[in-house]
Formats: sequence, structure tokens, C-alpha cells
Amino acid sequence: MKEDPGYYEYWSYENRPKITWPNGAKLAFWVAPNIEFYELNPPNNPFRKPWPQPSPALPGYTSRDWGNRVGHTRQMQLLDKYGIRGAVSLSAALCDHHPEIIELCKERNWEFFSHGIYNTRYTYGMTEAQEREMIKDSIETIYKHTGQKCAGYLAPALSHSENTLDLFAEVGTELFGDEAGFYSCDLFHDDQPTPIHLRSGKRFASIPYSLEMNDTIAYLVQKITPRRYGKELKDNFDRLYAEGAESGTIMCIPTHNYQVSNAHRIKAYEEALEYITGHSDVWVTTGKEIAQYFLDNYYDTALADIETKKKQYGKLG
Amino acid sequence: MANLDNDYLKYPKRSYGMDHDRYDWTMLQNRKAILWPNGKKIALWVNVGLQFFPLNQKGIPFKVPGGMTKPYPDLRHYSLRDYGNRVGIYRFLKAFDTYNITPTFAMNTRLAERIPYLVSTIKERGNEIMCHGFNMDELHYGGQDISEETALVEKALDGLRRLTDQEIIGWMSPAKNESENTPDILAAHGIQYFCDWVNDDMPYDFKTKNGNLIAMPLPTELEDYFIINNNLHSAEDWADQVEDAFEFLLQESEVGGGRILGLNIHPWVLGQPHRIQYLERVLEKFGSHPGVWTTSASGIADAWKNQQ
Repeated sequence: MKEDPGYYEYWSYENRPKITWPNGAKLAFWVAPNIEFYELNPPNNPFRKPWPQPSPALPGYTSRDWGNRVGHTRQMQLLDKYGIRGAVSLSAALCDHHPEIIELCKERNWEFFSHGIYNTRYTYGMTEAQEREMIKDSIETIYKHTGQKCAGYLAPALSHSENTLDLFAEVGTELFGDEAGFYSCDLFHDDQPTPIHLRSGKRFASIPYSLEMNDTIAYLVQKITPRRYGKELKDNFDRLYAEGAESGTIMCIPTHNYQVSNAHRIKAYEEALEYITGHSDVWVTTGKEIAQYFLDNYYDTALADIETKKKQYGKLG
Repeated sequence: MANLDNDYLKYPKRSYGMDHDRYDWTMLQNRKAILWPNGKKIALWVNVGLQFFPLNQKGIPFKVPGGMTKPYPDLRHYSLRDYGNRVGIYRFLKAFDTYNITPTFAMNTRLAERIPYLVSTIKERGNEIMCHGFNMDELHYGGQDISEETALVEKALDGLRRLTDQEIIGWMSPAKNESENTPDILAAHGIQYFCDWVNDDMPYDFKTKNGNLIAMPLPTELEDYFIINNNLHSAEDWADQVEDAFEFLLQESEVGGGRILGLNIHPWVLGQPHRIQYLERVLEKFGSHPGVWTTSASGIADAWKNQQ
């Protein structure tokens, strides 16, 4: 085990080279609906129990199934209304179980990125070969069902190994060259994109996905009210939008339709979307588009700046 | 880290539909619209839990949410739950009558045995009673012996039918938890609808070995217990969330057909003097709203069934 994952350097938020998003936008805004399948009776993983009760664990399973049966289309209507294309964090097995949902996303030209096979199969305990196989399966499944070359990764249930980002990038290259496997949502260390060190040396970025704005964290961990969640979304936006004048920032709202699309919660979410998209200097986009734009325009200057500061102040540790 | 067996990467149920055979996979938006009587938009289902939490809780296989948490004898939780059945419930009944709301009662059979006065009061009112299991500590759970569970269901249903003189066709398990066999056992014992699967906003057909049950939608996350005791929001916040849900469902009913607002509430939570006004606030709003149909759980289930 390592003291530090080693994916990125220390790089202060102040005094970075300025980022300007397309059309002079100050803030890149993206919404990442998680579209997931949780199994009723998943196999045991010695490092993490999927459900608190013995199977069938109805409370957790049924609430998530509600998201698939009822929730997704509610959020879709909202995102349509405010001109937002979702970037779907996808349990790849959902393509097999519920292709109707995939079709609705495809009709809207949404992005799909990999969130593993099932959200009840964890990376913990996998060998490198097993994790590679799982990631490859997910990217191939997404390609088969959507025609998209998967650019991004969020590990299933945020379960990682030391090699997760390397493997995702390598499998992407193996299947589709530089067109796949070039960004990660797994790291929460910044409000701007960050170059990521990989053993392959591939150009790869961490794109802010925000656990803090994640509806499941807000509702199930922080247990805040829907109206408070709506206010936090607006507060998060206000600060990042103001700071974006100095150098472009990113705001992401990761959602789960079994939470945010509940009848008692969706109004507060809609008010936040209306507020955010009502501002002029917002680039309403997807994770992949942000990552591509960063790699094409700012990755090299970011790396050079990090190197310069490293030389000036000395290396970490 | 110990390595996983390669079976961990095999997915025998990875195919169209669900990973079990209890119900068909359908999305709400693709189903035909359901119409409530007299052009009403929202069926209001006020479901009152009348519960007995025994002091000598076993907690097998888990401690029921809302149950005892302290070392025996946990008088604080025992008596505060009992408060609901002595005091809070009468505030509820008064509010239902004031605002012309039809409640449905989900009753533990052990409570009915212990409090004949309350059973008699509800019988006199003529409201529907469903079985909420034997008591809050007799859980239904995965791995439970089927003959033991069958005996538990029989004890609960036989007792409640005898004490209430009602047919008892509805069921809600304590903690909405079940074994693999619960739906089969319920269907074999005269249950027609149940409310343990919170995976839809409308009723649907649930398959069992003994014929279909109707799965009725009673959202856990809008419960007073969940919002006030689990999330630690105020009763006023509960009322705000209920009203936001109502407004949203009313809007959705314009295109999607009739919707259900299921409020699962507990007299030991909302029946407190500082909280009851917020229940009254939402009941006043809904009781006088022209789009609201206030009825029992089986009234909603029947209306749905007649349109299938």
C-alpha cells in the first residue's frame, strides 16, 4: 500500500495558467445522471457488503429499481427543458436489462461513460487481470449498445484498486486508441481539470465530478432537505462562476434518479437547473467534451506550469 | 488483499428485464394512463402505522428501525412509541375528521390484542385495516425457515381477522422487509395487496407461486419517520416535502394519468404536540383540493385493477 496514489502533483489553485472555455465561458457545467443496476442477490465480496439485510434486501433494492422504472424519465424531461445533455455514468449491464432507458438517452445524444458492470460488483479483491476484464467488458458493452467509444470512468460504487485509472486508460487504448479512456471522475481533489500521471504516459485528465454536489451524498449521507440541496447547488454555482472569471472552473451535478427524481425532491433540483442555465457565461456540456477540450488546449500548459513550480519550490516530500 | 474467485465476473442473470421473476420490467411512462373516479388527479392514501415495539426486542436478524436501541429495559424508546397509541393517535383521528380524510390503518396484531379500545374505535369508524405483521420485532427476512414464517403470517392474520371482524386483504411487513417466500405465503393466506416493494409510483402485478398480488406504492422516503427521525428534518420540512411532492404529482397527472400520494405516518412521530399542526396543514390543503380523491388502500387497488 502507498502513502499517496501518485496520480497527480500538488498544484495550487492560485496562479495557474488561465483557462477560458468555448465562447468565453467562465464555467463548464455538466450533469452526470448515474444509470445503475443493483442486483437483488449479488455474490459476496469479502471487503464490502452490498446490502445491510440478508437477501432479499428490499429497502435498498426496491428504491434503486424505482429509479429505473419511474425516475429516469422525470430527470430527462428536466434536462430537455433546460438544454442539458446528460453524461451517463452507466452500469453496463443495464444495456442488457433495460435497453429502453439506453434508447431514450441515445435519442438525446447523451454521453455514456463506464461505471462498471453492476453497482453491486466491487473492484476490491480483483486481480489486475480481473479488473482489466471487467473494464473491457464495460467499454465493449457500451460500444455495442450505443456506438460510443467510452471516454470516461467512474469505478463501480467508487470501489478502486491501485491500478484502476491505468487499466481504464490502457483498455481504452487497446480498443480504440486515443479516442477512448482519457478521463476519470474518480478523484475529488480539484475544481479544474488535472493532468494525471499514468504508467503508460497516456494523455489523461481528471474531470471534477463532485461528491459534495452528489444527490446521494446530500440525501443519504448528509441527509439534507430538498430545498437545502437546491440552495447548495446554487451556492456552489455562484462561487465557481465568480471564480471562473479568473480561470475557467467546472461544476458537475452527479445525480441518481432514485434520489433526485423523487416527487418531493425534483422541484428543488429544477429550480437550481433553471438558475444555473439562466446565466450567460456557462458552457453547458458533458464530461467528455470538457476532457477533450482540456487535453487539446490546456493539458500541455498545465503540465509545463506544474513542472516549473516543481523546479521552483522543490518536489513534494 | 485476498483475490476473488473468477465467478465474481460471471453474470448469470445479465439479460433482458429483472434479475428475478417476481414482476415484469416496465417503465411508468410506457404504461396506459389510469383514471381515478370523478376525474380526480391524485389518490391520497394516508396510511397510519399502529405499532407495538416490544421491550424485550430480539433484533433478529437486525434491529427494526424505530425499535429499542439501549440496553434492556429501554424505557425511553418503549414508552415514546407507546405514546403514539395512547395520545398521538387521537390527535390524528380528530384531524382526519376535521379535514374529511379517509385513513387506512396498518396494525400489528399484537397491538390489536393489547389495546381492544383502539381496535373498537377503528372498527366503529369503519376504516380499512391492513396487517403490519405480528409486532415490530417479528421480522420477515432472507433465510428465514419457511414453516416458521408461515406460522408467523398465520398467527398475525388469524388474530387480526378475529379481533377486527375485517377480511384483512392488505399487508405491510415490519421494516418493509421480506424473506424470499413472503409474497408466496401472503398470497396463500388471502392477502391481495402489499406495500413492501417501494419500486414504483403506481400499483403493479407481482407474481407469486399462489397467484398475483398487487404491489402498492408507499414511498419510504416521504414517511414521517424517515424524514424526521432518520434525516433529522423538522415536521415543517416534512410538510414542505409532502406539498412539493403533491404539486409535482398533480402536474405529472396532467399527462401521465392519475397518480398516488402515499403518506405513511406514525402517531408516535407526527402525533406529538409540536408536530401535529404540520400534519393538519397538509390534510387541510389536500382535503379541500378539487383534484384529490381521499380513499383507502384497497379503494386505490380496486380502481387500478378494474382498468387492467
